[in-house]
Amino acid sequence: MTSAISVSGLVKTFGPTRALDDLNLDVQTGEVHGFLGPNGAGKSTTIRILLGLLRADSGTARLLGGDPWKDTAALHRRLAYVPGDVNLWPNLTGGEVIDLLGRLRGGLNKARRAELLERFELDPRKKGRTYSKGNRQKVALVAALSSDVELLILDEPTSGLDPLMEAVFQDCINDERERGRTVLLSSHILAEVEALCDRVSIIRNGHIVETGTLADLRHLTRTSISAELAGPPNGLTSMAGVHDLVAEGNRVKFEVDSDKLDPVLKQLVSSGVRTLTSQPPTLEELFLRHYEDTK
Amino acid sequence: MIGTLHLVRLALRRSRILLPVWIFFLVFTTLSTTTALEEVYGTQQSRALLGATANANSAFLAMLGPLHDWSTLGGLVAWRWGVFAGLFIAIMALLVVTRHTRAEEEAGRTELVSAAVVGRHAHLAAAVIVAGGTSLLIGVLQALVLIGKDLPADGAWAFGLSTASVGLVFTGVSAFTAQLSENSRVSNALAGGFLGVIYLLRAAGDAAGESGPQWLTWFSPIGWTEQVRSFGDNRFWVLLIPLAVFVVLVGTSAYVVTRRDVGLGLLPTRLGPAHGKIGTPFGLAWRLQKGSLIGWSVALFVVGVIYGSVAQAVGQMVEDNPTLGQIVQQIGGADAMVDAFFATVTQLIGLISSIYLVQAVLRLRSEETSFRAEPLLATPVSRWGWVASHAVFALVGGAIVLAFAGLGLGLVHGLQIGDVGTALPKMLGAALVQLPAAWVVAGVALVLFGLFPQFTGVSWAVVSASLVITLLGPALQLDQWALDVSPFTHVPKYPDIVAGPLLWLSAVAVVLLAAGFAGFRRRDLTT
Repeated sequence: MTSAISVSGLVKTFGPTRALDDLNLDVQTGEVHGFLGPNGAGKSTTIRILLGLLRADSGTARLLGGDPWKDTAALHRRLAYVPGDVNLWPNLTGGEVIDLLGRLRGGLNKARRAELLERFELDPRKKGRTYSKGNRQKVALVAALSSDVELLILDEPTSGLDPLMEAVFQDCINDERERGRTVLLSSHILAEVEALCDRVSIIRNGHIVETGTLADLRHLTRTSISAELAGPPNGLTSMAGVHDLVAEGNRVKFEVDSDKLDPVLKQLVSSGVRTLTSQPPTLEELFLRHYEDTK
Repeated sequence: MIGTLHLVRLALRRSRILLPVWIFFLVFTTLSTTTALEEVYGTQQSRALLGATANANSAFLAMLGPLHDWSTLGGLVAWRWGVFAGLFIAIMALLVVTRHTRAEEEAGRTELVSAAVVGRHAHLAAAVIVAGGTSLLIGVLQALVLIGKDLPADGAWAFGLSTASVGLVFTGVSAFTAQLSENSRVSNALAGGFLGVIYLLRAAGDAAGESGPQWLTWFSPIGWTEQVRSFGDNRFWVLLIPLAVFVVLVGTSAYVVTRRDVGLGLLPTRLGPAHGKIGTPFGLAWRLQKGSLIGWSVALFVVGVIYGSVAQAVGQMVEDNPTLGQIVQQIGGADAMVDAFFATVTQLIGLISSIYLVQAVLRLRSEETSFRAEPLLATPVSRWGWVASHAVFALVGGAIVLAFAGLGLGLVHGLQIGDVGTALPKMLGAALVQLPAAWVVAGVALVLFGLFPQFTGVSWAVVSASLVITLLGPALQLDQWALDVSPFTHVPKYPDIVAGPLLWLSAVAVVLLAAGFAGFRRRDLTT
């Protein structure tokens, strides 16, 4: 597997603030990569460096095999970008903006443009100033998705979309994956990343704190178990990997480190299990675990 | 109407700089015009001469209206300043009303405020109170200034209230146009277009003098101020017409407000094309900049026509005046006087054009800060290509704008002297030699954009400094080095055009532009 994006040791400062601090990021060709973090963590700064809009202070960034600062025009022919804050020219219609951006990238797929307009229920004849935030984002999405490019860089593309349109967006990204395109999807919506991404990188204070497949990451977290047993639970308290144990008569609730799941379940079975619910760790928990200690 | 007072205070707070500037400008110009006329036309004889020239020259008549009463200073002030004071106060009123009604609504702030305890009519009422109140205040201050200059009180009040009445009418006009469209620029354009029409109506009525269709002026709010005959008959009753128009327009607008939804206008919004034709950075820049280029070309053409039409009169006035005539003979006769006039006028036009050039360059910065440059520069468009697409409007657009000014000057002056073939190329040349100096100012703006993007506003300080140094410097007896700061000081004066300064000014501009380009290529996009 080759890397579409590979970044190492990236540093970017704005005056006294260190926006990116030794950031490493690797996005493989053909994957949908989730770039997760709260506002201000450095997602947009990273993306702007990858687009050659900002210049890194130190570190290296490679994009589609080129240098994002030096080979800007050549690289931009092969990618499409949707900014987090889409501002349109007040006098241009949505359709004019879609066609402009498409032509600048070297042409767009007309059939796909028409199909996307229909799927996103977007009227391309309205003037830029009359679109709502969500509709401005749809204009940028249609422009990006109808271009024939290898790489899509999407910076919080759904923050203004309603749940129906969010579903349409997820369908579209799944289509892109099937077409073999690489997607870097920055987001703070965990459900979206969970539904779409092959791999995830979590950024905190300008530094990637966790990266891997969802399965990898789940490994690092805890599964919640609640069970009704045949008899009183025994031995659970002293077991390694068991946390927040609550026992009421024959009922128990606790969390268990994912890699200790096997011995703990064996212990439960030894007491006789009547009902059992287990909840896999959500990205939410993973995310919160990394951010709780920032306070 | 609940909440009107709060909104008035909000509007005053938001316009705390804009309104005082307008008030100062109009009142101060009243004062300076009076002082200047008092000095130049101190004697009865010089006034009689002016009266004869002014009322016989159709260009003067169209521009300023007839000079009804040349025998008193007040009559001269009412003639020289009355029409323009009306124009300016109308522009003030229409901008203020739109700013606090439709522009607020378009930005979505009206929705926010209307959800609070605020009556349906409060926004309109507040805007009318602020614009109408400012108009009245300007009128009163004008009257007081004129009384302070020892002019008759009844004439002073007639003049002040006439000016205020135009402000009131356009408060009403703009209150109404704000109801029509969803877009504040359309609202301003409609009201501004109406202002142009009523100015031309009275110009047409006045231009032919006594023999012309003078009744036309009765259909123009600015014509009404002429009909008041301030410092002459002082016909205060004429002011009842603008008052009635004001009441009707505001009443109609208030009725429309109750009949429409917040955010919508009476005119239907038009949909645009679903497919675009623009496919290059220059195509986009053309779309964004063409309105300003066309507007400036038309405006400078009109400026050229106006100055071109009075040039001949300047020569005549001097020849008619025996004492002045002698002095003028010594400096080379009336032709030299006309040449000197054109030298001043083309310099002024060059200075004004630099505003256009800087504005064309700074479009780059506003595209950047509004995040509209970002998606463009994320396409294969190079930084160089994007900057060039807008800079060309300063470099070539500047030439076009100046050429239109030269065209206006040359055509009209040529027609008056009966030799367009000679006058036109001369005037085109006289206007275009200003271009290298204007390029230097644009170059400074591009350097700021490329190297110090947070300080692009300094460009306007550069424009203002050039204006002040070039226009007032000689009168203020500034040292030569201070005069040399303005690039326009170095432009050769018409009719003695030499190539040297033009070449080195162009070279300076090229260096500045190159530095700006190189700086932008290396820097981060910032907001």
